[in-house]
Amino acid sequence: MNTGFMVIFRRDLLVAIRHRGDLANPVIFFFIVIVLVPLGLTPESSKLSEIAPGILWVMALLASLLSLDSLFQNDYDDGTLEQIIILPQPLYFMVLAKIIVHWLVTGLPLSLLAPILGMMLSLPDAGYPALVLSLLMGTAILSLLGAVGAALTLPLGKEGLLLPLIVMPLYMPVLIFGANSVQLAINGFSVIGPLATIGSLLALSLIVAPYVTAGALRLSIQG
Amino acid sequence: MWQWFHRLASPRWFYQASGKFLPWISMLGLFFISLGLVWGLGFAPQDAKQGNSFRIIYIHVPSSFLALVGYYIMAAAGAIAIIWKIKLADMVMKAAAPIGAAFTFVALLTGAIWGKPTWGTYWIWDARITSMLILFFLYLGVIILQSSYEHKGLSSKAAALLALVGTVNIPIIYKSVDWWYTLHQPATIRFTEAPSMHPDMFQPLLVMIVGFYFLYAIALVASIRVEILHRERRTKWVQDLVFTNKNNDP
Repeated sequence: MNTGFMVIFRRDLLVAIRHRGDLANPVIFFFIVIVLVPLGLTPESSKLSEIAPGILWVMALLASLLSLDSLFQNDYDDGTLEQIIILPQPLYFMVLAKIIVHWLVTGLPLSLLAPILGMMLSLPDAGYPALVLSLLMGTAILSLLGAVGAALTLPLGKEGLLLPLIVMPLYMPVLIFGANSVQLAINGFSVIGPLATIGSLLALSLIVAPYVTAGALRLSIQG
Repeated sequence: MWQWFHRLASPRWFYQASGKFLPWISMLGLFFISLGLVWGLGFAPQDAKQGNSFRIIYIHVPSSFLALVGYYIMAAAGAIAIIWKIKLADMVMKAAAPIGAAFTFVALLTGAIWGKPTWGTYWIWDARITSMLILFFLYLGVIILQSSYEHKGLSSKAAALLALVGTVNIPIIYKSVDWWYTLHQPATIRFTEAPSMHPDMFQPLLVMIVGFYFLYAIALVASIRVEILHRERRTKWVQDLVFTNKNNDP
């Protein structure tokens, strides 16, 4: 196994676990905004179940988006990133390790929490497998694409809204296939097609996104 | 061959050359657009169902064309700027982003205006309209990213990377929005465009499309010229440096 990959993977995972507070933030965010929906709309379960797939997916997307800031920012601020970039190891794999850790601490818990929130929004039973599967793969794509945006906005400091603005248009296909696969499952259709499409998008972004992210990170330390 | 290529890529050479051909393409553009407008708005026959309101097609369709083509021109220029580090390509990319966004906006706006008499509403979540809106967001992202960097060299490289990712994404977005739309096909409103336009309507449209290509070229060249002046003016010493370092400059 690639040493650079393993070193970064273990380090980032350790850092993430040591910052337990940050770890819980996306999950708590996801939970709270889901509670806002019945409060703002209606507690009627028939109406909630209708919009549950879309709401769950949109909110998971936002939660993943909010956690992107932390992906490279700390390493950039304290100079670790420069040291990582000058390591004689392929940057592609080290970036990939960072992204995988990001997914492990955001996408994975979000996907596992989603069924519970789905139950609270009275999501019909048939939707759960599709919801978890599409979120597991979909949030990985979100982490990969988000890394590109995070790397591109890195030298700009904490610009708040800029990162979501440039990343969200890229997220739309994932949202479409993710949310609609759950809807299809509820309506009794086969979800193999959309899930396979999400899988292929995941494969594509696995190849392209770390590469572009690495390029953007190299740019960011030039400034 | 390479000498010629490098000369073409030098901002100063481009500035001088474009000064010569800009009036010509402006005249051609003016000719095609005024011909297309008069022909399309005045002489093309009325549509059987939509009456005169269909005539907005002569603005709507060409600007939609250029909105999409413009993104690829921008991304291609960005790729050239990143790979071969050609300054001019960099300026082309910077100039192309707002122009493309403007064409996308015009396409969306005319679409909305056209929608009111045809479908009775300004906005529907039609597949094509939605894709166009996402394209507009992609343009905005590039423009915003470009303008928020203070370091000029970094800003265009970052924006070019984003534009390239967007280029990969555009076909995926179009296909996914299409798929989404077929799932939720609304029963009330259907986009029923005549499958084949009558030649009398189609010919002025063709003229307008050619005219809009010229319009795009005029806007692009003019913005590039401003951009060249802007960059060379702000850093006078770089200008001198560039000209003394370039061996094959005239």
